[in-house]
Amino acid sequence: MSEPTPTTEAEVRTELASMDPEHGVAYVRDVPVESLPPPAGETGALAWLRRNFFATPLDSALSIGVILLILWVVPPIIKFTLIDAVWTGTDREACLVTAARPEVGACWAFVDERLAYFVYGSYPIPERWRVDVFFAMLAIGVFWLLRLSAPRRDLGAFYFFVILPVASYILLKGFPAIGLPTVDTSLWGGILVTIVVATVGIVCSLPIGILLALGRRSRMPAVKLFSVIYIEFVRGVPLITVLFMASVMLPLFVPEAWSPDKLLRALVGIAMFASAYMAEVVRAGLQAIPKGQYEGAMAVGLGYWQMMRLIILPQALKITVPNIVNTYIGLFKDTTLVFIVGIFDLLKTIEAARIDPKWATPVTSTTGYVFAAIFYIIFCYGMSRYAKNIEARLARADRR
Amino acid sequence: MKRVITTFALAAAFGLTAAAASAQTLNTVKSRGILNCGSNAGLAGFGLPDAQGNWTGLDVDYCRAIAAAIFDDPTKVKFVPLTAKDRFTSLQSGDVDVLVRNTTWTSSRDTSLGLNFTGVNYYDGQGFMVRKSLKVNSALELNDAAVCVQQGTTTELNLADYFRANKMKLKTVTFASADETTKAYDAGRCDAFTTDASGLYSERLRLAKPDDHVVLPEIISKEPLGPSVRHGDDQWFDIVKWVHFALINAEEMGITKANVNEMLKSENPDVKRLLGTEGAYGEQLGLTKDWAVRIIKHVGNYGEIFERNVGQGSPLKIARGLNALWTKGGLQYAPPVR
Repeated sequence: MSEPTPTTEAEVRTELASMDPEHGVAYVRDVPVESLPPPAGETGALAWLRRNFFATPLDSALSIGVILLILWVVPPIIKFTLIDAVWTGTDREACLVTAARPEVGACWAFVDERLAYFVYGSYPIPERWRVDVFFAMLAIGVFWLLRLSAPRRDLGAFYFFVILPVASYILLKGFPAIGLPTVDTSLWGGILVTIVVATVGIVCSLPIGILLALGRRSRMPAVKLFSVIYIEFVRGVPLITVLFMASVMLPLFVPEAWSPDKLLRALVGIAMFASAYMAEVVRAGLQAIPKGQYEGAMAVGLGYWQMMRLIILPQALKITVPNIVNTYIGLFKDTTLVFIVGIFDLLKTIEAARIDPKWATPVTSTTGYVFAAIFYIIFCYGMSRYAKNIEARLARADRR
Repeated sequence: MKRVITTFALAAAFGLTAAAASAQTLNTVKSRGILNCGSNAGLAGFGLPDAQGNWTGLDVDYCRAIAAAIFDDPTKVKFVPLTAKDRFTSLQSGDVDVLVRNTTWTSSRDTSLGLNFTGVNYYDGQGFMVRKSLKVNSALELNDAAVCVQQGTTTELNLADYFRANKMKLKTVTFASADETTKAYDAGRCDAFTTDASGLYSERLRLAKPDDHVVLPEIISKEPLGPSVRHGDDQWFDIVKWVHFALINAEEMGITKANVNEMLKSENPDVKRLLGTEGAYGEQLGLTKDWAVRIIKHVGNYGEIFERNVGQGSPLKIARGLNALWTKGGLQYAPPVR
């Protein structure tokens, strides 16, 4: 067979025309031509690389730059934190450079020895089980509230917002009447303080922030004025100033017996501060809701609170989820500022421990900071992932 | 706005005077049941939490000694960690009863901040550290040397003064934090490193090869560190002052944590007066007869405190130097109890 198979439409037409019209339309083929494989340059790993990494000269340059950056940064990190790391030891001798060990990486033996201090601070050792119970209760509360498939989430909310705060207070601070000796908050420290401060800030800031945002958009002059002054004043001063005022200036004005606990002062300061920021985030959401939604709600006879609760806030909060979580993550990291007023959060406990001459080596400080970084990454990334889930779930409504 | 400021100023002034006028610190401490002690938030050898979260250090032991004298219990101290910025405000406001936080005694602090220094529990001073390989034996041989120093500290000013006074040329290499300064010196960016002598010893441990470095003998500044109390309560001032003297006297008389009970039987009149087996010197302070016994029993004498925290018993291994007793060529001297 030397005659080529017609391929183009024009060729087919000519061929059809050359046939005898008496016999009607005749099909030359009754099976479609098998599609040719894509050209060799368009498939396989090579093509994928070209498409994704080297599509244009600029892409190529960027890709090479990034790859070089990764090669430059990652291997030393792995070498420091894992390969050269020292895992066991009782004091600085373990992490010193010796003839047998010319390269010393992270001194995990130091973190291992001080881990209890990083978690509990100076909390009395016989009472530390109370902190463990608190962590467990908090974890249960968080999962109960955040897992959508969990049963009886209304009970979960009651547990989280009523039972948990009271129980934690009694547990951590102590209640001599039921056999829990009082533990002064000046002894609290480490991850315990970080978690307590962050949780209080996160939990308090949203409701207060929503109220302030509504207040700022209210038509009642007194409420509006108060909200505006509060937000602008608190947002206008640095958090350090708020904490410093609360911890150092307050005792100058009130008698010693009245002056509240130092940690409590910091908690109130952080909650106030976070609320002001949250108020502006929520206000952005409120302003993004079209006027028709407000008017529609009013037209069906809903009162102000019903309108907000049923129509406006669900929509407003939905579009502000990324910003709310952004504020939360910022707040979580801002909690380290409480060290300014002498409260030992995780970072400060690490700072204090790394100075100890018992562990003084060239790598001790770096190891401590790497440990802190891992802790903060885990928590912040966790929050960010959860927010992403929420966004995806809420976005389903828009796709319909 | 002006009125608001005036109100604040008045309130502040009132608050300060109110705090200063409350002369009954001892009674307040007793009724509270715990001593509030302003301490360092982390300085090797002076105030540092250990693995169990207990505070340790030379300054910390002074707080414990005061608590022991009052309550016969060295654990009745609440340590309030203070930064260099807020330490004086905390003392003025009554947040802490006594400030033991490696604070240098200077005339301006003593006169204008509303506080009194009760004594010197550590004679510090600025020193130099160099590499042994430089073969420098004295700071006077540092002409034209590059010196690593922390920015914005009195250390930096002292350094410039010293080089100018000795007509030497100076190249300073400054850094914002103590950490960076040490790292830079270790990396060889300067020939010498300067900070307070106690700090030199603790920073030296942080170097890659501590044994290759040596601390020079010259001390170029006076940094007498001591506890301080608020103005206006002379009884409390006396107590804090005499806790220090008791620690020194105990060392001088050879009374230690271990032998204090035996010493109670001593016939030496000096020992009898200090330990309260003769006279009523403790009552005169507003404390009990056995106030000094309580201190020594719980925290030891000055020498024991020193060796345990910064001396041979610690990784710092600082020599007694100026802090030796006056009988051994140092400056630590205490008036007699009588």
